[in-house]
Amino acid sequence: MSTTAPSISVRGVGKSYSGVTVLRDVDLDIAPGEVHGLVGENGAGKSTLLKILGGVVRADHGTLSFDGEQVTFARPRDAIAQGVSLISQEGALVPALTVLENVFLGRWAQTAGVRRAGHDRKRFDELIELTGFEVDPRARVDLLPTGVQQQVEILRSLARGARVLAMDEPTAVLSEHEKDNLIALIRRLADSGTTILLVSHFLDEVLAVADRITVLRDGALVTTDDAATQTPRTLVRQMVGREIDMLYSTPDPIPDDAPTVLSARGLRRGPVQGVDLEVRAGEILGLAGLVGSGRSETLRLLFGADHATEGTVDVDGATLTRLSPRRAMAAGIAFVPESRKEQGLVMARSVSENVALSSLPRRRVGPVVRRSAERTAVDTVSRLVDIRAAAKDAPVETLSGGNQQKALFAKWLLCSPRILLVDEPTRGVDIAAKSHIHHLITELARDGMAVVCVSSEIEELLALSHRVLVLRHGRPVGEFPRGTAKEVVIAAAFGDEGEPT
Amino acid sequence: MTVDAATPAEPPAQLPPATGSTGSRRAVRFRDYGILVALIAIVIALSLSTDTFLTRSNMINLLDQCTVVGLLAAGATVCILSGVFDLTASATLAVSAIVGVEIMRVTNVPVGFGAAVVAGALLGFVTGMIVVRSGINSFIATLATSIIYRGVAVVVTAGAIVYPLGSQTENFGALTWPSLFGLTSATVMFVIVVVAIGLLISTTTFGRRVYAVGGNLEAAQLSGIRVGSIHVAAYVISGVCSALAGLILASRAGSAQSTMATGAELTAIAAAVIGGTSILGGEGAIWRGVVGAFLLTLIGNGFNLLGWDTIYQQVLQGCLILFAVTTDRWLRRRSR
Ligand SMILES: Nc1ncnc2c1ncn2[C@@H]1O[C@H](COP(=O)(O)OP(=O)(O)OP(=O)(O)O)[C@@H](O)[C@H]1O
Ligand SMILES: [Mg+2]
Repeated sequence: MSTTAPSISVRGVGKSYSGVTVLRDVDLDIAPGEVHGLVGENGAGKSTLLKILGGVVRADHGTLSFDGEQVTFARPRDAIAQGVSLISQEGALVPALTVLENVFLGRWAQTAGVRRAGHDRKRFDELIELTGFEVDPRARVDLLPTGVQQQVEILRSLARGARVLAMDEPTAVLSEHEKDNLIALIRRLADSGTTILLVSHFLDEVLAVADRITVLRDGALVTTDDAATQTPRTLVRQMVGREIDMLYSTPDPIPDDAPTVLSARGLRRGPVQGVDLEVRAGEILGLAGLVGSGRSETLRLLFGADHATEGTVDVDGATLTRLSPRRAMAAGIAFVPESRKEQGLVMARSVSENVALSSLPRRRVGPVVRRSAERTAVDTVSRLVDIRAAAKDAPVETLSGGNQQKALFAKWLLCSPRILLVDEPTRGVDIAAKSHIHHLITELARDGMAVVCVSSEIEELLALSHRVLVLRHGRPVGEFPRGTAKEVVIAAAFGDEGEPT
Repeated sequence: MTVDAATPAEPPAQLPPATGSTGSRRAVRFRDYGILVALIAIVIALSLSTDTFLTRSNMINLLDQCTVVGLLAAGATVCILSGVFDLTASATLAVSAIVGVEIMRVTNVPVGFGAAVVAGALLGFVTGMIVVRSGINSFIATLATSIIYRGVAVVVTAGAIVYPLGSQTENFGALTWPSLFGLTSATVMFVIVVVAIGLLISTTTFGRRVYAVGGNLEAAQLSGIRVGSIHVAAYVISGVCSALAGLILASRAGSAQSTMATGAELTAIAAAVIGGTSILGGEGAIWRGVVGAFLLTLIGNGFNLLGWDTIYQQVLQGCLILFAVTTDRWLRRRSR
């Protein structure tokens, strides 16, 4: 394997899953050292194409050539041998191992079978130097925030000497600052000769960093063009096939007499160091902060997923005692967690079983599930959030990432909650679906639902919420009304320390 | 408020055409029912190669033979689906049968049978509480618990065989008596119990929760499911199955003892896995466990009928387990 990036050509690549075509005759040329953006709606086939390049999925037909030579990727190892490294949408780390072990997974430095941890450590420090990440090599990866886990994956790819880095929505899990860092890193890597394939639903980001952009629609390649000739608008038109409005929905004003439905006093546990908040009926409260600021943890405490060591949660003025997810749900709270794979969905079960799971008791005769009622409910809510699945009885893991996210959202809508806690509601969904979900949330608020929304996208929060509460080191440090400049919120999130370098 | 209250302004884009769905159904079927194909293949092979296989008496005998492993496999499947193992199955079987006989001696046969079932349920409950409360991996926790239960069986019987009273001996054999369609009462009971558990798992909200807990514990918890209760319930079901299996064995033998059915818990887990239930939890079905048990029984029966030396039986059974699991993995791999 040479160390310079190959020129890749994809010819007539197609893939179908049990009769459903998800990629049809894709022809694509990728020049060495270019940043190639890949965009398309949820389910367009972006991840599938990347997985074929990464040897995770085998194409039904078509060929791959590297520098004019045909290659066959039967398994990930073959792709890695050609210098292709895939950073998948779902993440692929070994949970119980440390960062260092994951980065050098399977290729630890060794002498006669004995690991030379010191050597690995030195290489690790070099990689840290190159990337500017802040990662503790001794931390167990399953205890790290998702954003950091993803950095670990990038480190691993670099450690393998990747010549081609295929990243599937790498920025979906990152905060603004981390995003900027990653984009800068992508540019640096490309300048040093690494080819980057970048899938993302953030069109601005793709336009900013990519040299060329390919648009996929329904598994077919629409165009490959220079990024300079594209705008978000033209991209969307090519992705969707028609003009659509991508305006953020504006929440309705909260009625003056709207009562406070949810309030928390002095919540504490782990990274959460005393959070007070109040949400009224019909209000959307945004929670902003850096990774590790305790945003997600606060939601978990409100829902009873973790038990607060101190503090109380009140619904309608009554304190919820011995709070657990069950009790929270009984009080009308729903919680859309941040990670669909770990916390949200039962991957091996069907779409309908997943969507129905948290509201099972609503549709039963005695102990028996009322199938027809369930089908109706699932169909209604799936249409509402626009889940695109070949069949409702297909395992949820066969859905594209964005559609999984919609299923997760649908599951909690079916509970008809009065209080909705959402962590990253639009992670991984395409822009049309995103504006659709925003629309849904504002609509629910109009009907009197109280919403607490966490997002690493400050813009999303500012557009969606009535108020944005900023957390820093587990404490509320500021509250901003709609229309506040993004920079002000970011500055508050960073505090006096300024942006870490 | 309801979901319908929030109608989207933009109409949802069209769902993809349903063209592929029949194809996908077919593929799913094939993968799902591969194990049945294997079963039928063996049945046909045995019918063709012997003239004793497809006889009424052999069928009755075969089904009766299947009951013990079948019941244990059903219990094991419930546990595995919910993401835990029950290695106490055979020890629970022995203790419940012994308790049944001991109680029988001071009361009568029906009360003794009832007592055995209650004992099985209680032991299952205890096992479940130990696993849930200790937080130890279920494999280890139930391994230790099973040793304790075996020990209890030895203590209670002082290592001896326990018999019902002389006057009870005849009725004690009730499970071996012919009943509906000439099947043994054990078979009839087995069918009823397995169908009941099958329905419980496939049609009830409890069943849904079992799958969810086994498939993703954290997601289940965050969906408001009391994970611990589901696990305890799974162990109770497994305990009842073990007790019933213990009664069948005791009824056949006319006695119970502390060494009954040693190792049967592994056969039960094997049967579950052969049937296609995922060892990782969350995927599978009760009927699969039963089919797995039937396959294992069938092999034993085939050895008998063909006059093969039974010393090779275990070798073949082991191969079958490897074959079944490999095929299962291969079929899954192909669909990627
Ligand atoms: N293992 C599978 N079995 C069946 N269908 C699958 C499987 N994997 C993917 N699909 C289907 O292939 C299509 C394309 O999926 P893919 O994950 O490539 O979409 P995507 O463009 O990455 O979408 P997203 O933006 O939502 O991540 C989807 O309709 C999905 O349901
Ligand atoms: Mg994808």
